[in-house]
Amino acid sequence: MELLKKLTQKSAVSGSEENIYEIIKSELDGCDVSINADNLSNIIVHKKGGGKKLMFSAHTDEIGIMANYIDDNGFVRFATVGGVDVYSSLYQRVVFQNGTVGTVCFENKTDIKKDLKIQNMYIDIGANSKEDALKLVKPGDTAAFEGDFCLRENTVVSKALDNRVGVYILINAIKALKASPFDLYFVFSSQEEIGLRGARTAAYNIEPDVAIAVDVTSSGDTPNCETLDIKLGLGAAIKIMDKSVICDKTVRDALENCAKENNIPYQFEILTFGGTDAGAMQTVKSGALTGAVSLPIRYVHTPCETANINDIKACINLISKFCAKDFIF
Amino acid sequence: MLLKKLTELNGVSGNENAVSNFILSEISKYADEITKDTLGNLIFYKKGKNPSGKTVGVFAHMDEVGLIATSITDDGYIKFSQVGGLDDRILLTQRVSVGDNAIKGIIGIKAVHLQTKDERKRVVKTEDMYIDIGAENKEEALKFVQKGDYISFDSGFVSLYGSRIKAKALDDRVGCAIMMDLIKNTYDEDIYFCFTVQEETGLRGASVLSRRLNPDISFVLESTTASDTAFSPKHLYSTSLGGGPVLTNMDRGAYSDKKLNEFVLGIAKENNIKYQYKLSANGGNDARALQTGASGSRVCSISLPCRYIHSPVCVADMEDFDSMKALIHNVLCKINTFSATEVK
Repeated sequence: MELLKKLTQKSAVSGSEENIYEIIKSELDGCDVSINADNLSNIIVHKKGGGKKLMFSAHTDEIGIMANYIDDNGFVRFATVGGVDVYSSLYQRVVFQNGTVGTVCFENKTDIKKDLKIQNMYIDIGANSKEDALKLVKPGDTAAFEGDFCLRENTVVSKALDNRVGVYILINAIKALKASPFDLYFVFSSQEEIGLRGARTAAYNIEPDVAIAVDVTSSGDTPNCETLDIKLGLGAAIKIMDKSVICDKTVRDALENCAKENNIPYQFEILTFGGTDAGAMQTVKSGALTGAVSLPIRYVHTPCETANINDIKACINLISKFCAKDFIF
Repeated sequence: MLLKKLTELNGVSGNENAVSNFILSEISKYADEITKDTLGNLIFYKKGKNPSGKTVGVFAHMDEVGLIATSITDDGYIKFSQVGGLDDRILLTQRVSVGDNAIKGIIGIKAVHLQTKDERKRVVKTEDMYIDIGAENKEEALKFVQKGDYISFDSGFVSLYGSRIKAKALDDRVGCAIMMDLIKNTYDEDIYFCFTVQEETGLRGASVLSRRLNPDISFVLESTTASDTAFSPKHLYSTSLGGGPVLTNMDRGAYSDKKLNEFVLGIAKENNIKYQYKLSANGGNDARALQTGASGSRVCSISLPCRYIHSPVCVADMEDFDSMKALIHNVLCKINTFSATEVK
């Protein structure tokens, strides 16, 4: 779990994913793969093989904020990057790339029950003047929410499990690779949280026959929550659909057969909101057979995303077994 | 003046011919290769002296927001729809020019004396408005106008105080005017100067261009909202007139490449060119289509701050315009040296 801790605690808001790449590169050092980057800063790990092109995509970015204005007293106004909820960000700490820590606050006169908007919120970095603040933060700088990594038996709590856990799963699957009937591409994609952008251009270049997203999904196992038939601890979630995609039936069946054959715990995922890289990869160019393996988490897009370690292991296992045998045709 | 000529041409999205013919007639002699694609995008390829091998595109859209005639009423009035994003509140009593023959008309409304209290409070919706060209009845109107005719604002280029100007269609004839000047230069890099269509209706021209060119680097020259006006708090200004050309970190559609933005910033500082950042993350332009089109492109928008954008009375500052041109020129002079560290 040390690697997962390292991955989640790095700050890599959409568009600033480079911190994660260093870890990926050093982790894959010694693996028999080639590693390349493209114009959108996707990292493409290729394990050459003879068969059909099988592409996996796990996005490296996380939601966060971007500084866009610093006022005369040194307070920082900001825009959100990705799906940031104003209420869950209130009084959270954010960390800029250079380590500067700030607190998300709101204009005191605002009626927060009615009128809490980004426009009347700001970040206090403890600066006394604009000049002082500009030494630490300038417009365009991004910051991620703070959220320690905690481990308790089989449960892990951290910020940015969405989607460092997907990155963690893919890294481990690559390390476990044995002979494969596929020409394999593992893409660590950029800018998913702001519109599935990296996966789209990566898929355009790769033209996969089969494309599988590796990401988190929400669970429906907390008090008085929306009905969602997904529980922590029941295994890897094989996606049926979300707002961005209806997964190909043959891919879904193949993932299920793979799980059954290898005694990997699994559940099905039908998400009534949200989307993943799968949505982008399915319709690029001439299209790909598309599916997704998801890790169920609670409290998505907050600093205390919560997951089950056995589910993580199930996802790694499912993907590495899926690479080893052609379950599809 | 080129910008005056360009803004006084009519080119509502889908009907960019007047603008594109003007551009072709003015700058064809400077290009090494000219392509007009199926949608009407113009691509002027200009060979460089010492190209890097990367594909570099500069983009500005030729189209402007406007209206389109949807029907003629029995009493000779023209009903219309919007083309691109317009605010209902700015349409009333505007002077317009209808169809290829530029028939003059105005967008009418009941006189204030005749309105009920309630009517005076309400914003009149586009569907309740009409254009009056002075025709007596449908038959007479049909001699000059037909369903499907494009309608533009009838609004000339005017100098205001100091270096400020007012015109329609600054969005995005500003970008067109700058490219028309820059193509006269020969840079080290090979450059594709692209004049796109139908940006205002969904980045359609740029979408197909992204697949034709598949650029590594895309500069989008645009106009962007300035709200440095009375009653706005400073942090909601977005941009300010007189503050220089605008660099965008992120908007609703695109995320500028950080390294490319830093490169442009360096050039601005080196040449003492004023610049500002866009403070809001709203809006979007061709950069969105280019960033994620085909294999993806590093994008960077450089924009002119513009008040009352998407109206017949856009206001901008010619000093910003000159700085914007100087910035882009200096960027193109050095773009062949740009390199983003690759992961190997």
